[in-house]
Amino acid sequence: MTTTPRREVLEKLTPVLTKRWLSPNAWTIRTYEQLDGYQALKKALKAHPDDLIQLIKDSGLRGRGGAGFPTGLKWGFIPQGDGKPHYLVVNADEGEPGTCKDLPLMTHDPHSLIEGVIIASYAIRAQRAYIYIRGEAVHAARRLRNAVLEAYDKGYIGRNILGSGFDLDVVVHSGAGAYICGEETALLDSLEGFRGQPRLRPPFPATHGLYASPTVVNNVGTIASVPYIVLGGADWWKTMGTEKSSGPMIYSLSGRINNPGQYECSMGITLRELIELAGGMQPGHQLRFWTPGGSSTPLLTAEHIDVPLDFESVAAAGSILGTTATQIFSDQDCPVYATYRWLEFYHHESCGKCTPCREGNYWMVRVYRRILAGEGTHEDLDTLLDTCDNILGRSFCGLGDGATSPVTSSLQHFKQDYLDYIEGRKAPRLSSKQLVGAH
Amino acid sequence: MTSNTVEIFDEDVRQRAREILARYPADRTRSALLPLLHLVQSVEGHVSPAGVEFCADVLGINKAQVGAVASFYTMYKRRPTGDYLVSVCTNTMCNVLGGQEVYDRLSEHLGVGHDETTEDGTITLEHAECLAACDYGPVLTVNYDFFDNVDPDTAVGLVEELRAGRRPQPSRGARLCTLKEMSLQLAGFPDTREGAVADGVPGEPTLRGLRLAQEHGIAVPGFDPNTPIKKKDDGASGQPATAAGAAAQPATAAGAAAQPATAAGAAANKPASDAKPAGDAPKPQEGTLRGAKEEAK
Repeated sequence: MTTTPRREVLEKLTPVLTKRWLSPNAWTIRTYEQLDGYQALKKALKAHPDDLIQLIKDSGLRGRGGAGFPTGLKWGFIPQGDGKPHYLVVNADEGEPGTCKDLPLMTHDPHSLIEGVIIASYAIRAQRAYIYIRGEAVHAARRLRNAVLEAYDKGYIGRNILGSGFDLDVVVHSGAGAYICGEETALLDSLEGFRGQPRLRPPFPATHGLYASPTVVNNVGTIASVPYIVLGGADWWKTMGTEKSSGPMIYSLSGRINNPGQYECSMGITLRELIELAGGMQPGHQLRFWTPGGSSTPLLTAEHIDVPLDFESVAAAGSILGTTATQIFSDQDCPVYATYRWLEFYHHESCGKCTPCREGNYWMVRVYRRILAGEGTHEDLDTLLDTCDNILGRSFCGLGDGATSPVTSSLQHFKQDYLDYIEGRKAPRLSSKQLVGAH
Repeated sequence: MTSNTVEIFDEDVRQRAREILARYPADRTRSALLPLLHLVQSVEGHVSPAGVEFCADVLGINKAQVGAVASFYTMYKRRPTGDYLVSVCTNTMCNVLGGQEVYDRLSEHLGVGHDETTEDGTITLEHAECLAACDYGPVLTVNYDFFDNVDPDTAVGLVEELRAGRRPQPSRGARLCTLKEMSLQLAGFPDTREGAVADGVPGEPTLRGLRLAQEHGIAVPGFDPNTPIKKKDDGASGQPATAAGAAAQPATAAGAAAQPATAAGAAANKPASDAKPAGDAPKPQEGTLRGAKEEAK
């Protein structure tokens, strides 16, 4: 039975980036222009690029792709007057398990992203911008490509944009099915026509990014926030969220709740409030574990239901805000099986560059299969923790680190579930024919 | 070009290849490799040895370099595919909501396993990792357009319709096309089917938060689109924003100044790819569509 949320919880909703989604044909430039569209661009082109960078710094905007790095600071790292071409690359390779906020944004309001791209490019003095969109996101890509053409027609992209003297080309580049390309340096390698494998840092993309030139890589939500900040100002933006985590955030709720979906809220909302917005837990389901921001963020439990979901508070609770992909599991879901499925994912998606991640995930999948087939041993649990120890912090990028999150957190919170499989109290979940190579 | 690739990839395809290359800086055409691989897949339904050779010829790199990239990415199929690629999400969320049963049932019903094609050449089945639609789980896609909240029965019904030559409408995306047609869009060419871009309305889960806000009259207060953008010298002097107007002038100057910088930068600046093993660098002497490389030599 769906329940109606209380007023004080409803007031945490902050429709900003999502506000046009209900408008008919919001993906067309016509509708977009009727709803403040490209007004921010006109305003921004009259300002000095450095003032725009300062504006974004003042707003406290932090990256929406998971790491939460201050966006204005990132833009400020681009060396100016260096005689090199600069690039803006939008990371639209959404694929973190549980995350589903960028695809609807690009499908239903692609121009907000494009307007942000133009303003950001102007601020960092880039004349070429790439939107690297996940290959599988075909309908979002159709709308995005269409929007780019519309923007060219209107003179918002191209030569001498709106008489400002600023030139920009925007290319929508489809990936080809590799989660790792959501990692910014792997994305750059992929965009250069190579296997998507992460680079060693330093040097950072700010100085040696695409084609070894200064490059800003930002997530879709980050760039789409820019026009609103340009219009409404930094102070208005900071009326939402917390002091250190400002602005609205699209929380993607999935799982055992009555109304899964996208809820754009003031940062710092709690899971209890989000579940209330989503009409409560499904009948017969009790909250048992959840991810605050995708499978790469350590699992939290029912104990953490009142943790404010902002960057600092989630970190203090031992996890990561990540992409605010809130996957909600109940007492009818098994944390061991859930973790196993995530590991299958990390094993498949490891690019193979770093041995700890490539081999570690391969073996951990096999240990999980054995445990779930009822043939695990107590030593397996030590082996898992030891393997995680050898992956965490020992690979070029965060994929390996992310893979250890569900393992170590589920072992921390739900060791009994593992023991139940090992000691025969729980029926095997996998058959032993799936165990080839596990011993 | 060997006679083999000439036969398979006609002038139209070559023209498209040139259009793809033009999207990237003249000395960075290797960036075109992913769209080129989508392009050859749009012709053959998979990336064949001839497709690899075609890409290598176009970019002036060797076949091993192309093959290494093609084999890295899941969406490039190395064997012939059916008209419809059915991808069932079996990542954790869809999985616990029933996605695994959907996949198992389809696999049994069609008599094919992961990455295999039915004998009639209609359907290629695969289990997929998170398709970024968890609020609609369990989901499957047909040529990457979504069918939401599926169960084993509706999934079987869906593939039966496809095999009968019908094209059921996806839950949100555009009307279905074949995998080859889809691959052409992935190569960066617009979907030219009348009205296809307009197809599909947002699903309820996508709109849920927004609808709640609207129903209860919730909006973010204090939004004034005319809020001025602070200028550098504003703060200390307390001058009104307009007084600093002159300082804003460099905006256009910066844009103009960056123009020659682009050319200078390209020359001064080695591509990241140069840092890779020597074998990965483009070979100027090999056949290529572009003249820039010859000059660079």
